[in-house]
Amino acid sequence: MNVTIVDYQSGNISSVINSFTEVAKGKVNLEVTSDIKKIKSSDKIVLPGQGSFKSCVDSLNKINGLVDTLKDFAIINKKPLLGICVGLQMFADIGYEEAETKGLSWIPGKVSKIDNQNGKFKLPHIGWNEIEIQKESKIFKDIKNKSHMYFVHSYEFIPEDKSVISATTDYSSKIVCSIERDNLFGTQFHPEKSDKIGLKIIENFIKLK
Amino acid sequence: MLKNRIIPCLDVKNGRVVKGINFVELKDAGDPVEQAKIYSDGGADEICFLDITASNENRETILDIVRKTAKECFVPLTVGGGVRNIQNITDLLLAGADKVSINTAVVKDINFVKEASKKFGSQCIVVAIDAKKISDKKWNVFTHGGRNKTEIDAVEFAKNVEKNGAGEILLTSMDKDGTKSGYDVDLLKSITECTNIPVIASGGVGTLDHLYDGIVKGGASAVLAASIFHYGEFKIKEAKEYLNSKNVSVRL
Repeated sequence: MNVTIVDYQSGNISSVINSFTEVAKGKVNLEVTSDIKKIKSSDKIVLPGQGSFKSCVDSLNKINGLVDTLKDFAIINKKPLLGICVGLQMFADIGYEEAETKGLSWIPGKVSKIDNQNGKFKLPHIGWNEIEIQKESKIFKDIKNKSHMYFVHSYEFIPEDKSVISATTDYSSKIVCSIERDNLFGTQFHPEKSDKIGLKIIENFIKLK
Repeated sequence: MLKNRIIPCLDVKNGRVVKGINFVELKDAGDPVEQAKIYSDGGADEICFLDITASNENRETILDIVRKTAKECFVPLTVGGGVRNIQNITDLLLAGADKVSINTAVVKDINFVKEASKKFGSQCIVVAIDAKKISDKKWNVFTHGGRNKTEIDAVEFAKNVEKNGAGEILLTSMDKDGTKSGYDVDLLKSITECTNIPVIASGGVGTLDHLYDGIVKGGASAVLAASIFHYGEFKIKEAKEYLNSKNVSVRL
């Protein structure tokens, strides 16, 4: 089995690589690449994302053929893809960070700034927060409801179809922190930084049939 | 609900931890990687390395430590000390740091935080502010590990770094640092009340009540401490259980 972490020159993906390397040890072959051929032939894809929505989308678009390849993989062929943080946010139609920017339009919805209720809630939302599981998800196997995950973000994904939401977290309002539709997965939190419980989520993704 | 974070800080000099010496379970008391692992296994919410190596030539040493730690600790890792330019930040992030703390370089030029947060995202840019009281309710910013005084007002400076893209503020009271008499709660309060980004309290922790004060009275989102954990007086878990017993929400 080949798992590919898409390296599209956006932000710091060292932690994603370290955690997946730890979990993948002796189980699967892990590649970190932006090579279209390798991405096409892999069994699973991880799409990380740090920095702003706009900078991530711009970086994806810079690599010729990458967006179409990802779409063929995850949407047309419905092979497993996990988006992390801005990697998840980019599934949306549109994002408002820095400037209004078109997303991948894989899941109808938008990415807006978290309502901090006039400064009552500090932004970014940084730290450990509990997830409230909303529906059974393949990547939450053996993950207890109200487990703590590590978050760092100021924007939230608001999908139109609420049935894709697999978990929320409470910060000023119920923020969508995990989605699942077919084989498309996304987490707003960082499983790669969420201690052993986060590694378990990564393992669940890697072990997906 | 978002939990208050407990962050043990390791001072590293020439590749060795300079404070932590009393872990009985340690094979090599000076090894930062081994200590970070113990903290992470013990429930630390983040790990912080402060490189206090005086010379500039030794950047590779801290990078190597970060590389090794990042392969074993799967909680966020913040690294600070001697970060002067964009290249320093790039190197630390590539080595596996999740956040980089910058201090003197920002005091010299506020555009540095703007440039850094634009390039890497606010989420990984922490501005460390070293402040010292100069009169009632007034604190000035100090640089170079607290050695050099500036005329900059700490509260105004905090607002300014937020405006320029800092994701967090690591606030150290130079008056309290090393005294074990508790955080400077007035300073903390002055800054947490006028900023909308998380503030990490630092400098002066001697008891678990001090951690409580930093969060509840000072309004800090996270509390950083060095010696109370290094010398084995308290374990991270004890600190968390204590805070929890006083209704401060923490990740247990």
